Amino acid sequence: MKISLAWLREFVELDESPEALRVVLDDLGLVVEGVVVVGEGLEDVVVARVDEIRAIKGADRVRLVLVDAGGDPLEIVCGATNFEVGNYVPLAPIGAVLPGGFEIQERVMRGVTSHGMLCSARELDLSTDHEGLMILDALIEPRVGEHLTTALHITPDVVFDISVEGNRPDAWSVEGVARDLAARLGRTLRAPAVASPNALESSQSFAAASIEDPELCGRLTVSVLRNVTVAPSPAWVAQRLTTAGMRPISNVVDASNFVMLELGQPTHPYDAAHVAGHTLRARRARPGETLTTLDGVERTLATSGRGLGDTGEDCVIVDGDDRVLGLGGIMGGAASEISATTSDVLLEAAFFDPMTVARSSKRHGLRSEASNRFERGVDPTLALRAAGRYVEILRESVPDLQWLADPIDVQGNLPTPPTITLNEADVERLLGVSLAMSDIEEILTGLDFTVVEHGASLQVTAPSRRLDVREGALGRADVIEEVARLYGYGRLARRNPAWSEPGGLTPRQHQRRHVRDVVVDAGALEAWTPTLVSDAEFDLLHAGVARVRIANPLSAEESVLRATMITGLTRAWARNVERGVGDVLLCEFGVVFQHPSLVDSPRRTRGGAGGTLTLELPSENERLSVVLGRPGDDARTAVALWEMMRGRLGLEDVVVRTTSEAPRGLHPTRSAALVDRGSGSILGYVGEVDPELVRAATNAAPTRRLGLLDLDLDAILDPDRATPVSPVVHLPSRYPSAAVDLAFVTPRAVNAADLAASLRATSGLVESVRLFDVYEGVGLPEGTRSLAFHLRLSAEDRTLGDDEITEVRAALLEAAAALGAVLR
Amino acid sequence: MATSPLDHLDDEISRLLAEISALASLDELIAAEATLTGRRSVLSTLQKSLGSLEPEERRTAGAQLQAARREVESALEVRRGLLEAQSRAQVLERDRLDLGDVVTEQVPWTTSVGHPGLVALTQRALEDVFVGMGFTVSDGPEVESDWYNFEALNIPPAHPARGLWDTFYVELGEPETVVLRTHTSPTQVHLMETAVATGTLPIHSVMPGRCYRRDTPDARHLYTFHQIEGLVIDRGITFADLAGVIETFTRAYFGPDITSRLRPGYFPFTEPSAEFEVTCTICRGEGCRTCSFTGWIELGGCGMVDPAVLAAVGVDAEEWSGFAFGFGIDRCAQMRHQLSDMRALTENDARFLEQFS
Repeated sequence: MKISLAWLREFVELDESPEALRVVLDDLGLVVEGVVVVGEGLEDVVVARVDEIRAIKGADRVRLVLVDAGGDPLEIVCGATNFEVGNYVPLAPIGAVLPGGFEIQERVMRGVTSHGMLCSARELDLSTDHEGLMILDALIEPRVGEHLTTALHITPDVVFDISVEGNRPDAWSVEGVARDLAARLGRTLRAPAVASPNALESSQSFAAASIEDPELCGRLTVSVLRNVTVAPSPAWVAQRLTTAGMRPISNVVDASNFVMLELGQPTHPYDAAHVAGHTLRARRARPGETLTTLDGVERTLATSGRGLGDTGEDCVIVDGDDRVLGLGGIMGGAASEISATTSDVLLEAAFFDPMTVARSSKRHGLRSEASNRFERGVDPTLALRAAGRYVEILRESVPDLQWLADPIDVQGNLPTPPTITLNEADVERLLGVSLAMSDIEEILTGLDFTVVEHGASLQVTAPSRRLDVREGALGRADVIEEVARLYGYGRLARRNPAWSEPGGLTPRQHQRRHVRDVVVDAGALEAWTPTLVSDAEFDLLHAGVARVRIANPLSAEESVLRATMITGLTRAWARNVERGVGDVLLCEFGVVFQHPSLVDSPRRTRGGAGGTLTLELPSENERLSVVLGRPGDDARTAVALWEMMRGRLGLEDVVVRTTSEAPRGLHPTRSAALVDRGSGSILGYVGEVDPELVRAATNAAPTRRLGLLDLDLDAILDPDRATPVSPVVHLPSRYPSAAVDLAFVTPRAVNAADLAASLRATSGLVESVRLFDVYEGVGLPEGTRSLAFHLRLSAEDRTLGDDEITEVRAALLEAAAALGAVLR
Repeated sequence: MATSPLDHLDDEISRLLAEISALASLDELIAAEATLTGRRSVLSTLQKSLGSLEPEERRTAGAQLQAARREVESALEVRRGLLEAQSRAQVLERDRLDLGDVVTEQVPWTTSVGHPGLVALTQRALEDVFVGMGFTVSDGPEVESDWYNFEALNIPPAHPARGLWDTFYVELGEPETVVLRTHTSPTQVHLMETAVATGTLPIHSVMPGRCYRRDTPDARHLYTFHQIEGLVIDRGITFADLAGVIETFTRAYFGPDITSRLRPGYFPFTEPSAEFEVTCTICRGEGCRTCSFTGWIELGGCGMVDPAVLAAVGVDAEEWSGFAFGFGIDRCAQMRHQLSDMRALTENDARFLEQFS
């Protein structure tokens, strides 16, 4: 919201500098997002009349314009084309310095000397309009040579761009901001002049109004204005609107916008000639009704609701023939629009139910200055005061204006301002400081709250405009917030709370950090690839699989929740190869999603209006994926990486087990599951990225193998699934251990780690078993390979004798034989 | 009656189909393509011979020949698919490696230096500060229902306040009931619900995590971002405690010469609500372009938990009160590392990633 300082000063005395005011406004929660100085640097600009326009030889973009600016005729070269001979335009003569410090100098263009510059409104910082020169004919009584500032009644002004919070519709106006400033600074808020009806004829004799659906429209007032002449607004009114970022249209429309900006009450002027029976009625729209709004769009009303909580209701204003004139509180219709010939005006000032306006506005995709205010809540008592102000403004350009007596005022359901009981302890309990009752009272009365002392407590009634203040305990918090806001957050106490419960991470969180440290220590760069992917990207690995889709994606490229991170990481690696920095190990910690229909018992939760529905949500699986993309990396290095990690993570016994059911994205014949032997859980997969995926990501035949480690963190971080090493320390034997090497011809189907585990379990004397060589080929039966293990044998209390070793060796051979492994 | 050039078409097709099914490799198929369907094929020869026919006959015969061509071509494509799959299977089979047999010590390992992600690094530093202040850390899901993301937080359906969060809705259940969480506040609701159900109040916890807002990415915003929120529910908690915690955090994380201030704000789930700002870390409060010459940078929002929120989760507001706060993890990273374009975070350029330790 753009608020002019000059306008504010009409409501409250403000001697402070703009910088000082900015600090005050910020501290009141009326955050100043920008401060702009307007109307400065226009001292030298004068009004000029266009007397002649000539083409310049060889130039098609600029023309020579002869203007009269009071002295000798001037030749100006000009690029704009939106004017003709006889128009009045602003001229910046040689030597003038425009806003922004641009100095006008004599310039030669196309061999022609330009003695100044004709200006657009934007060049003068008067509006953002740069569609051509600013045409002054309609704005002023043009006098050649007059200073523009005099002609337009421009005085230098400061404009604050204030962001008003959603719960403060009462502050969404010049008066509202001024009220907060007056309360904070302890000054008087001046009320603007308002007109009173000046005709004897009663409004009822000319017009009528009614509310059929009182829950949608809480109040409908209609003022009858006669003898209206539609004309341009007075310059100062136009200037106020322009400064606030609105475009002046005509006195009748501008006065409406002026009042909305000033007091916060949207009003709507109808051409009475186009309102059947001069009657305005507010009612619920019926299905199938249509309305062409002022923006030229035909809208179908009362369609079924779109989106959660949308009732599909529209509140419309209809005339005596039950014809729809406008969408209440949002936008009027084209049919009853003010035109140049309008002479009687019905001015509607109303209160519409905020939620009804919010739903309609959202459903129709139609936001207006009015709807933005009504959906947050306009003061229900403001309507007739706003009408009086409207007439006061309009009267300036329509001296014969008649406002008929007894404006029509129909009531529907209006919110009642709550009364809240408040005592000192309540304030201290919430704010942590003790404020004197008298201070509290003073602050609240400054904001027009009615405060009545009632024993030790205060009975506080919110002013009608404070629709954000709720009933009971909720309202108490709202009122205390106002006390704190006006008192100043910065003046409130600060204290460090203490509690006896310890802080800290959960074991899962500790272990997650540990996993990250370990993979980074192993040499991985942590990447962050998109959670939202395209269908095509999803299909690379999950064609035909149900997917979780976004209903309102920013683009089709980002419309589906990923089911894997392997695709994203492979692409990230490929991009780095293109950049010439592809010799990297990339990892990502993140969540992958599965459609609830694919999960046996999907996550269920409450949802919908009131939380009354039971919803099935996608399953979320936290994973760590690692792509090993350095030269020489492959499934083997991925296994080596896993072994390093397993050791560092302190996992007891995880076997790398070939699986015929490796998930998509893994190389079908060079991948294996990581199985926790204790729990039987799969902790993840190791291997290589499927070469088909590499081909898709690089658009070329793969030139390098990509190692892959894809860990299920939900499993790894769960000690019931990823069995940890016992925390009890094992002291190594002090006696020498014996080394035994055994090589077994082993059927392919037998996993080396399974065999190792079997050997280890054979006897308490086996200290360690380590695979050190695998041989296959010549000399071995088909379907077998030789696995060579290095074993150490020891006892806690003695040096092992030869006979003991022989005995253990025999037991080892027996255990191996049980798995079909034969000593080589 | 003259003989048609297509009299033996059926036989020709059968012969071609038989040839196709006899193709044993992709190489064979590629070599045979020209004679099966290409320019040297019977089909093409027949096509040329149609020129001698009367227009009417030519149309019928042409259609017949087209159908035949389609049949042959589709058989060829089926065969090609099969052979490709076979060839891939052979390649994969040749490639087969039993990873159970990998002897780790024989695997050559290249040393490379790893680096954690900037977001993870920042998140950890923030968590550590709060853990030091006595907070626990809580995690929560990224897909939530509208109840947890909005309504329990005092933002009813269709309320304009929902517009404050540009929400991605998920196509599940009734429209607009399933969302990508727009903040980590739903985790607060879960925490309070659980604590009430298990009788384990108070709560002193921070909840970091990934959030989503439907906002076109630019140098300052990504539609996926990370947030850390905090929640304290305890006996006798006041706004003064909130201001104290914010200040302690600010000094602990940004350094002793950086301070915080609160100014009024609006969030449906807190009352009173505040925006919190910290001394501009670029100019140390002197005033510069980054802070619009105010000396302050807006970091996040906070406030006393609204009684409506306490009621929604069943916390007895007579006994308990609390505060909540939240701010961007990515934003902290941006401030600390003077990151001029947030989009670098998701571009995964190795030269960017290797700068963080």
